[in-house]
Amino acid sequence: MAKRQKRFEVLDAREVNKDGFVTEWPEVGMIAMGSPNDPKPSVKVSNGVIVEMDGKKREEFDFNELFIANYAINASLAEEMMALPCVEIARKIVDINVPRAEVVKIFSGLTPAKIAAVMDELNVVEMMMGIQKMRARRTPGNQAHVTNMQDNPVLMAADAAEATYYGFDEIETTVAVFNYGPMNALALLVGGQIGRPGALSQDALEESIELQLGLRGLTAYAETVSVYGTERVFIDGDDTPWSKAFLASAYASRGLKMRYTSGTGSEVQMAYAEGKSMLYLEIKCIMITKGAGVQGLQNGSISCIGVPGGVPGGIRAVLGENLVTTCLDLEVASGNDQTFSHSPFRRTARLMGQFLPGTDFIFSGYSAVPNYDNVFAGSNFDSDDYDDFLILQRDLKVDGGLRPVREEEIVAVRNKAAKAIQGVFAELGLPAITDEEVEAATYAHGSNDMPARDKVQDTKAAQEMLKRGVTGVDVVKALAKRGFPEVAEAVLNIQKQRVSGDYLHTSAILDKDFNVVAAINDLNDYQGPGTGYRLQGERWEQLANIRHAMSPQDI
Amino acid sequence: MAQISETVVREVVKEILAQMANGTAVTPAAPAVSYTSGDAADMTMREVGQARPGTASDEVVIALAPAFGDKLKKRTITGIPHTAVLRELMAGIEEEGMKPRIIRVWHTSDVAFVGKRGAELSGSGIAVAIQSRGTTVIHQRDLFPLQNIELFPQAPVLTLETYRNIGRNAARYAKGDSPAPVPQISDQMARPKYQAIAAVFHIRETEFVDASKKPMDLEVRFN
Repeated sequence: MAKRQKRFEVLDAREVNKDGFVTEWPEVGMIAMGSPNDPKPSVKVSNGVIVEMDGKKREEFDFNELFIANYAINASLAEEMMALPCVEIARKIVDINVPRAEVVKIFSGLTPAKIAAVMDELNVVEMMMGIQKMRARRTPGNQAHVTNMQDNPVLMAADAAEATYYGFDEIETTVAVFNYGPMNALALLVGGQIGRPGALSQDALEESIELQLGLRGLTAYAETVSVYGTERVFIDGDDTPWSKAFLASAYASRGLKMRYTSGTGSEVQMAYAEGKSMLYLEIKCIMITKGAGVQGLQNGSISCIGVPGGVPGGIRAVLGENLVTTCLDLEVASGNDQTFSHSPFRRTARLMGQFLPGTDFIFSGYSAVPNYDNVFAGSNFDSDDYDDFLILQRDLKVDGGLRPVREEEIVAVRNKAAKAIQGVFAELGLPAITDEEVEAATYAHGSNDMPARDKVQDTKAAQEMLKRGVTGVDVVKALAKRGFPEVAEAVLNIQKQRVSGDYLHTSAILDKDFNVVAAINDLNDYQGPGTGYRLQGERWEQLANIRHAMSPQDI
Repeated sequence: MAQISETVVREVVKEILAQMANGTAVTPAAPAVSYTSGDAADMTMREVGQARPGTASDEVVIALAPAFGDKLKKRTITGIPHTAVLRELMAGIEEEGMKPRIIRVWHTSDVAFVGKRGAELSGSGIAVAIQSRGTTVIHQRDLFPLQNIELFPQAPVLTLETYRNIGRNAARYAKGDSPAPVPQISDQMARPKYQAIAAVFHIRETEFVDASKKPMDLEVRFN
């Protein structure tokens, strides 16, 4: 257009118009929910075996469908539950007079297409009502990303301590350079126990290394085991539902907590969605998780969020996938973990679906470092957004899992973590950490504020940690020897979980005294006003007490 | 025209780099650069027979995904004409005294597998593979498909200068050198801006996949 209308010029320059949007294209699966190619729900059971599912005969099942039919659906309930009208099931999800257990029982007999059709009956407020009732653990929680672009171990320990001090129940790291894996796991483990004993830590790596670090006690759980909704995409990753189930059982056999990862948009992004809607395919992933006997799932589109985010109704579908996860009685770590939009309005609105009702982990995770240091390619909220998040909690009286902190407290925990990792490095014969580095990590905003380390030495030492067989017990000894007995005890308590196995229950986290808080002893009992998790008492006072509120005495 | 466009692209890169140096967390993805429509049509491609394993050790294969160069809009995700991209890749290889050989891979649109096939056919064992949206990889025939020598996963931040450097580095690997990797920008806001569009791009390219068709040698003419 030669002559621009001035308001449109202003609109075009707005942040939201830097986001990419596309029109629906159902033939290839570029549609959030309700593709015309999604199958119609059906089931037939013969001699206790599902012989027809969603319009397909058992002989025609692909391997995902066979796995779901064999392991994820209760064949003895399927025909009865499938006979219930979709709208009736949707109403039971929202109805406060229907207990959670009844909905879980109904969902155990539903097929993927039926669940997709039930979701299509719900608007976003009803979906949030559903999550409030259906999430497994009564007390909501939160998870953080702790990474930095330099894989700097001192900074990572300090950042981990700050994150758990804010209140994250789980912290997750990964690597900028692959060979750093074991060293990052170590820094995260030590730092995390200093901010708040009992916080669980993980290191997202190539699957076999990730498992090894878990076995050695350098991590406390795992999450990045991905499943996909179409056979073709599974095969492209050299995997099947059975190979993933095998990996899951490897974790379980050593007493390690783990969950799967999936999310809407991954199949269409790989160009093999078979014309099915994103949510329908994601429901298959959730059911594969259930069928594998895994306790939980990280979903909410995750790294593909730009795909559902680009189509109509996409963010509703993302909320729908979280809800389905809860209805199948699984732990949900509900996304919000990737850069999603240039617009702060869209970023916040996308968060509300999980923040307002509360989930097991509202973010998976929140970037506890500035986004420039986020090696997962950025999160929806980062450390610069802490006060916004804390004030959202206070405004709406919602427990998002974080608490207000004071600057001097943060300086103290960061410094303690940096000193502890300095001692552990010295004790384990890893490249020395200087006092200058400890000071820099204590006061840093991010890795730009850190002196450079010798990366060749660090990566070599990290690989030698594996060869030498450094374990969590070596870390305990090092901490005790260097004058950090209480941190040593916390790391030892993390190791003990592997023997007791209590934190393998659905939605398990540990409190600061290492008591398990899970769906077994803290089952969500929400049934309307006056029930379920209520933000009140000391916890509410803590969240209300933000840094910059003036009291009458201040004036 | 190509000269002016390149300047524009360089400006954008400079701006992004400057912002990153300032530690700004939210950097905008490189905006689409507008080119005149003429730029994209300045090339003709003709298949001249099934591609056989090369024997010349100075040969570096450029393996094109099914739609690159003569289908769809003939531009990358940021609007850079495929003609200009291909010229830069070839020029980079030639600058190092090596010979580019262009082939079309039909049986897959996955850049890793296109690259692996190209490398198997390359006399030097090195290939550059490129998709229509601009995603690029340098591959080597002894690696597994999902391994690579250098991967350029974020098409939106790739510029003509990057493509020149990719060609140059591929040629150096082919000569047995160990060059420093091509510098890359990581733009976290590329996801919200481009992910959905990139998915559509990839699906459209994948529609041209012919699972039964062998890789073909291409004769390319720049007009």
